[in-house]
Amino acid sequence: MKKSSKEVWVFIEQHAGKPAEVSLELLSKGRKLAEKLGGTLTAVVIGHDVQAVAKDALSYGAKEVLLADHPDLKDYKTIPYSSIMSDLVSRHQPRIVLYGATFVGRDLAPRVASFTHSGLTADCTDLQIADVTYLRKDHADLLLQIRPAFGGNIIATIITPDVPVQMATVREGVMEKVAAESPSDGKITDVSYTPDETAAVINIIERYHEESKVNLKAAPIIVAGGYGMGSKDNFSVLQELADLIGGEVAGSRAAVDAGFVPPNRQVGQTGVTVRPKLYIACGISGAIQHRAGMKNAKKIIAINIDHDAPIFNVCHYGIVGDVMEVVPMFIEAYRHKLK
Amino acid sequence: MSYNSIVLVKQVPDTANLSGEVMREDGTMNRGKLPAIFNPEDKVALEVALQVKDRYGGKVKVISMGPPKASDVLRECLYMGADETFLVSDRKFAGADTQATSYVICKAIRKVGDYDLVFAGRQAIDGDTAQVGPQTAEKLGIPQITYAEEIVDLQDSRITVKRRIDGGHEVLESPLPVLITVIKSAATPRPFKAKRAMAMKNARSLPELDRITEANSLLNIEDLKEEYASNNLYIPTYMVDDLDVDPDRCGLAGSPTKVHKVEYVVLEGGEHENFEPTKKGIGDLVDKLVHDHIFG
Repeated sequence: MKKSSKEVWVFIEQHAGKPAEVSLELLSKGRKLAEKLGGTLTAVVIGHDVQAVAKDALSYGAKEVLLADHPDLKDYKTIPYSSIMSDLVSRHQPRIVLYGATFVGRDLAPRVASFTHSGLTADCTDLQIADVTYLRKDHADLLLQIRPAFGGNIIATIITPDVPVQMATVREGVMEKVAAESPSDGKITDVSYTPDETAAVINIIERYHEESKVNLKAAPIIVAGGYGMGSKDNFSVLQELADLIGGEVAGSRAAVDAGFVPPNRQVGQTGVTVRPKLYIACGISGAIQHRAGMKNAKKIIAINIDHDAPIFNVCHYGIVGDVMEVVPMFIEAYRHKLK
Repeated sequence: MSYNSIVLVKQVPDTANLSGEVMREDGTMNRGKLPAIFNPEDKVALEVALQVKDRYGGKVKVISMGPPKASDVLRECLYMGADETFLVSDRKFAGADTQATSYVICKAIRKVGDYDLVFAGRQAIDGDTAQVGPQTAEKLGIPQITYAEEIVDLQDSRITVKRRIDGGHEVLESPLPVLITVIKSAATPRPFKAKRAMAMKNARSLPELDRITEANSLLNIEDLKEEYASNNLYIPTYMVDDLDVDPDRCGLAGSPTKVHKVEYVVLEGGEHENFEPTKKGIGDLVDKLVHDHIFG
């Protein structure tokens, strides 16, 4: 069998000189994957004045940072970023490349995968390395790209057996962020970038960006509502409970799609993965995509009118009843206890 | 100045509305029972293209790759006002991942040709990958604007588009041609035009005409095609031999990613403690949580 590369790469997304959380999470995971492969972890940083980002990548275990630094690269733009990335991947042929499944990652990764003829799997909820026999052929150390699929109740394991580079995107919070134990003696390698005409085809006329004030991952308590809440107005009772017990309000995808809660509060495979001390699921049936994002909460309370709802299979405490009756009772009981 | 658009649409299983008969008793899903619908964001993409046509003139052509049944969504496109639709369908295209899909779609776009704008939905609800748009743009060698929510301006050969980004938005100006993927808020799809629906409801693609000839041995497929075409009711269909494609790059064979394993998640009865939906029951739960220091 042809000897393949053992390099694991992580594309480091940065905004205003700060690395995205998801990129640091992926470096943490990438370190483990590289260890399993017996290979090295490399970070790719593209931007302007982003030495600090490169150093962050080293402290998360990258042995090498490939750094493209140029004033034209300050903000993400599809063409120059994907050209740089595609060129690097083509030349080095890493075994694995990981991207955050963000607005940037989801714009960039498919373009790079297309150019380099790589496999790409979106929104993985787990990544593992294993030997695989596929169509009677043995493949050593493949990346298992695991994701719920097809609307629910199916977990698919995707592999990329026949091409050199395996790519995947992962949502924020899925992997845990852990800085490397010992400082890495890694190096920063400059990647030259010369703007050409094709890179400048798209101009940014205006950009408005606000740091998200919502940080579900840091919330010790999350009060989440699903489609079963019935309306946007009904979410106010969840807000009241969250304010009372020091939590944040979140929603399932169905609740987000219905417009009950904003997308930046979505928990699940295509939202954020959380691990709070307490997760209260109100009117959430508990499809696998949702469970993927909250099953690691320390304690889970499920409130649902349907006693067969799958959410009751992952909860610690269950209440079968109407959320609009149960939640106010919960609020009252807590207030009473405070006295 | 007028602008020609090509819109990419997909027929998808309606995963958002799982009815009782879709779920089997053992908790697994019966895919065959899922109704097939027009992927919602693709319909928005068609609406955006039709608005460009209304405002500036030009043609709107629609391409869908899928099984013969995907002709349903192409007819819906015709009812909404698309000028022409094309079905890309062949067993050799089946099982394609986004890489193989974008390869075939790129070839189909080249064959249909003569475009200033390519529109598609941001993603399809059956896979949520959002990859086919950018991968098609890359293969066509044109720029892309993803997550578009508004066309701000279209002048000469430049388009200005507002797109969503993490925590905000940006406004980009791009030369043409460009591929644009749109999000739901970009437009509200127009209802069918009754007159167009009446006129186009008998439009048929090649595999649909094939089925008619199979049922009636007196009919000849070439004659039938001609008859439908002369009435403007033929949906041109591209199979593997009609496109300039390398069969090794199509379908499952041309897909770098493969499904290694599919597991139906059957939930086992998880252990949990039940509390009654009463003042007493909920009071007990709150007492327990406080006692266990769960509230901090």
